[in-house]
Amino acid sequence: MTERVKLRDYHAAVWSEPVVMEMGYPGRRGLAIPEAEDGVRQAVGDAEQLVPASMRRKAPPRLPELSQPEVLRHYLHLSQQTLSMMGINLFGTCTMKYNPRVAEQASMVPKMAELHPYQDEETLQGILEVIYRFDEMCRAVSGMDQFVFQPGGGSHAAFTHACVMRGYHGARGELEQRNEVITTLFSHCCNPAVAATAGFKVINLMPEENGYPSVDALKAAVSERTAGLMTVCPNDLGIYNPHIDEWVKIVHDAGGLCFYDHANFNGVMGLTRARDIGFDACMYMLHKTFGASKGGMGPAGGAYGCTEELAEYLPVPIVTYDGSTYHLDYDRPDSIGKIREFWGNAQVVLKAYAWVLAMGADGIHEARELSVLGNNYLEKLLMDIKGVSKSFPNMTKRRLEMTRFGWDQLTQDTGVDTVDIQHRMTDWGLDAYWMAHPPPIVPEPFTPEAGETPPVEDLEYWAAVLEHIASEAYSNPEVVKTSPHRQAVHRVDFAALQDPARRAMTWRAHLKKRNPEG
Amino acid sequence: MAGSPEEKKPGGVRKVGLIVNPIAGMGGRVGLKGTDGAILSTARALGAVPQAGVKAARALRRLALSADEFELLTCPGEMGAVAAQSAGLSGFDVVEVGDGPLEGDPLGDGAPEDGPTGPGHTKEAACEMMRRGVDLLLFAGGDGTARDIADVVGVEVPTLGIPAGVKIYSGVFATTPENAGNLAVLFVAAGTSTTLREAEVVDVDEEAMRQGRLSASLYGSMNVLVAPQMVAGPKSGGAGDVDAVASAARDVARAMEPGCLYIVGPGTTTRAVTRHLNLDGTLLGVDAILDGQFVGTDLSEQQILELLDEADSRGSVEFARARIVVGVIGGQGYIFGRGNQQIGPEVIRRVGTDHIAVVATAAKLLSLTRGVLLVDTGDPELDRDLEGFRRVVVGVDQETLFRVES
Repeated sequence: MTERVKLRDYHAAVWSEPVVMEMGYPGRRGLAIPEAEDGVRQAVGDAEQLVPASMRRKAPPRLPELSQPEVLRHYLHLSQQTLSMMGINLFGTCTMKYNPRVAEQASMVPKMAELHPYQDEETLQGILEVIYRFDEMCRAVSGMDQFVFQPGGGSHAAFTHACVMRGYHGARGELEQRNEVITTLFSHCCNPAVAATAGFKVINLMPEENGYPSVDALKAAVSERTAGLMTVCPNDLGIYNPHIDEWVKIVHDAGGLCFYDHANFNGVMGLTRARDIGFDACMYMLHKTFGASKGGMGPAGGAYGCTEELAEYLPVPIVTYDGSTYHLDYDRPDSIGKIREFWGNAQVVLKAYAWVLAMGADGIHEARELSVLGNNYLEKLLMDIKGVSKSFPNMTKRRLEMTRFGWDQLTQDTGVDTVDIQHRMTDWGLDAYWMAHPPPIVPEPFTPEAGETPPVEDLEYWAAVLEHIASEAYSNPEVVKTSPHRQAVHRVDFAALQDPARRAMTWRAHLKKRNPEG
Repeated sequence: MAGSPEEKKPGGVRKVGLIVNPIAGMGGRVGLKGTDGAILSTARALGAVPQAGVKAARALRRLALSADEFELLTCPGEMGAVAAQSAGLSGFDVVEVGDGPLEGDPLGDGAPEDGPTGPGHTKEAACEMMRRGVDLLLFAGGDGTARDIADVVGVEVPTLGIPAGVKIYSGVFATTPENAGNLAVLFVAAGTSTTLREAEVVDVDEEAMRQGRLSASLYGSMNVLVAPQMVAGPKSGGAGDVDAVASAARDVARAMEPGCLYIVGPGTTTRAVTRHLNLDGTLLGVDAILDGQFVGTDLSEQQILELLDEADSRGSVEFARARIVVGVIGGQGYIFGRGNQQIGPEVIRRVGTDHIAVVATAAKLLSLTRGVLLVDTGDPELDRDLEGFRRVVVGVDQETLFRVES
């Protein structure tokens, strides 16, 4: 299927750009500021005195002295070296999708960008309406009764649940007794982490032959100490646990709460609803599933929703509507308080709202179908490549929106491992793939996720590149092991990064470590 | 000490030793379970070819990139020099090995350069390398080779196994030959520091295995290089293990109740529990602790039963009268019946199957070949009682549920 694909010879720009601190010439300026006129000077007085003495510099900062074009050229070169590749990115477990420019535009209009949460709520009616209506949309896809968007991301939304769970059991006087949270090894690793952060003991269930733990394992884990279950479905391998409704019942019967981490929502969105399965709470990542941009540690958004029974513990404020005006309700005595300042990343909520309006219910259904179809097509292409195997091969049911593979056979045959291949693929204009969340269980793992936005040619190109690299591994392993060859920087000296004597976070530290004497 | 960073000697170039067991791994491709003992001639007859030298060369090719930063000391011929040459290294030093037939030499010809070698050669080479002050000892082989190295080197010098044998149950090997090379590069690189971890040397009885029985035992431990924690990821299964052992041990130690007799089985993880109490437990034996103090070390089954008698005679305590703390033996996952036979069926019954704490790191559990824990107490009825899901302590406030089978 991939033999007709022609590989593109990508090469990054290489500028060997110096550090800006090494550039410039004494006296060179980017902007010549004219002397102030006498009238201005008299009106202002001694401008230096306007700055409190304690804040005044004794000497000017040692900054490089450059002209405007030099500065622009320098940063353009850096951006070309680091950002020039808008490659095909099938970064699994992260649901990469195209971020519609119209939503980006909407978030940047001054009416949105210049809002401040300290404004009076009467002057914030527009964004409050967006939040209120987006809450209703989230309720519709989940079946939950109330959402908040205060968490700054997915793990933060899961932490919100851990706190709500603490509030719920605390109100019943059972918090001391119910101190165990059950999760599974292939849930998102934030699930055990946030439970532990909130003070719970973590009980992890191991995957069995189908890639998920058995009902018997869960039965053995629950007890009067169970505070709740925190899990994803499908899991980190794209495998859906067909007994998930039975799981929820077992945990409820033991007195625990059930939290559905929708990190992998793309494979089930519009098809199943957390509440219908029996879950008490769930979370979505607006920056992946809902079309807002992801990555670069940029603004993300976690949507946390729960049933009416848990809603009293939600962080404040909640956006309410009295039929004519939207309000911020802080008067919630059992609230867990604040998870983050204000009410979340409003721009991200706006982008997600725009995405849902653009997609519509039918569009969301179609996106799910395309992402599952795309993954299964990609899986077919990848399984034809020598040296690739699928995790949990005994699990014959189809994976949903992603599949975890391994290069174990190829590594045994050739010595080329998954990190080598990850480096090499960037030589063909592909973004480095995602391997796996820790712990490493599938040997030499990689996890692509097609998502609904790339066209079929992108999937075929992606598979063709991997096929080419696999054949290189068998014929000329050194070329893969020494890759990348066509990036701005080929190999980073990791030993130096780990060496406190050599690594430096600032220019001043760099100089000090290079010349300890002077 | 395990876990302490190994600082580079000021001004010195590091001396790396390499020992290749040329016959390691020869049984695998012809369906044998190893090449210990007289099976070697069968392996050769079935067409087995040497693997270890090739794998050692794969590791050395990574190391060759830093050739200026270390001195290599290896053995003649197939025991190291051939691999070093094929990795493009030159100017290395070679120790003398073999002077007539050696102990354990399978074919009795004792010629390391062109013929089979035996455990005697490995040990002799390791002794000589210790004498010449190597900073790191790399060896290519399997569990049998690791045993020989451990006998000589113990925890004195940092070591790392290049996986080349059929049996790799010990925790002393890198995941791939290349990763062994990568770790060694970090070790020799100027100004860098690497972490050491005390890892167990485990071996199975090959003869029993060929007859379909698994019989793993713990033979000792070595200090091995582990990846620095900053690069934790799929390539470094062992990273963070030092902390993980300490964390799991701490959870068990802090849960210890007054007046309760703790019967602590062998292994590095359980010994970390005793060390957490500032006691120095035995690695291969069973120790007993009461109220934070040893009441017996390296105990026999009879001695444990006598301690249980004493515990009974002390009358009731608030919780359990006695508890068993056991680790997990190597790649197979035995919690009873391998290496801790002192904790026999009668001991387990008297303590009670609900009063057993299993402690292991998540990394060790995940490396188990069958994905289950195993028991073979010698009492089939007790084995059945021990079956089912059991919680394993993997860290402070962290447990993993694992299926126990017999």
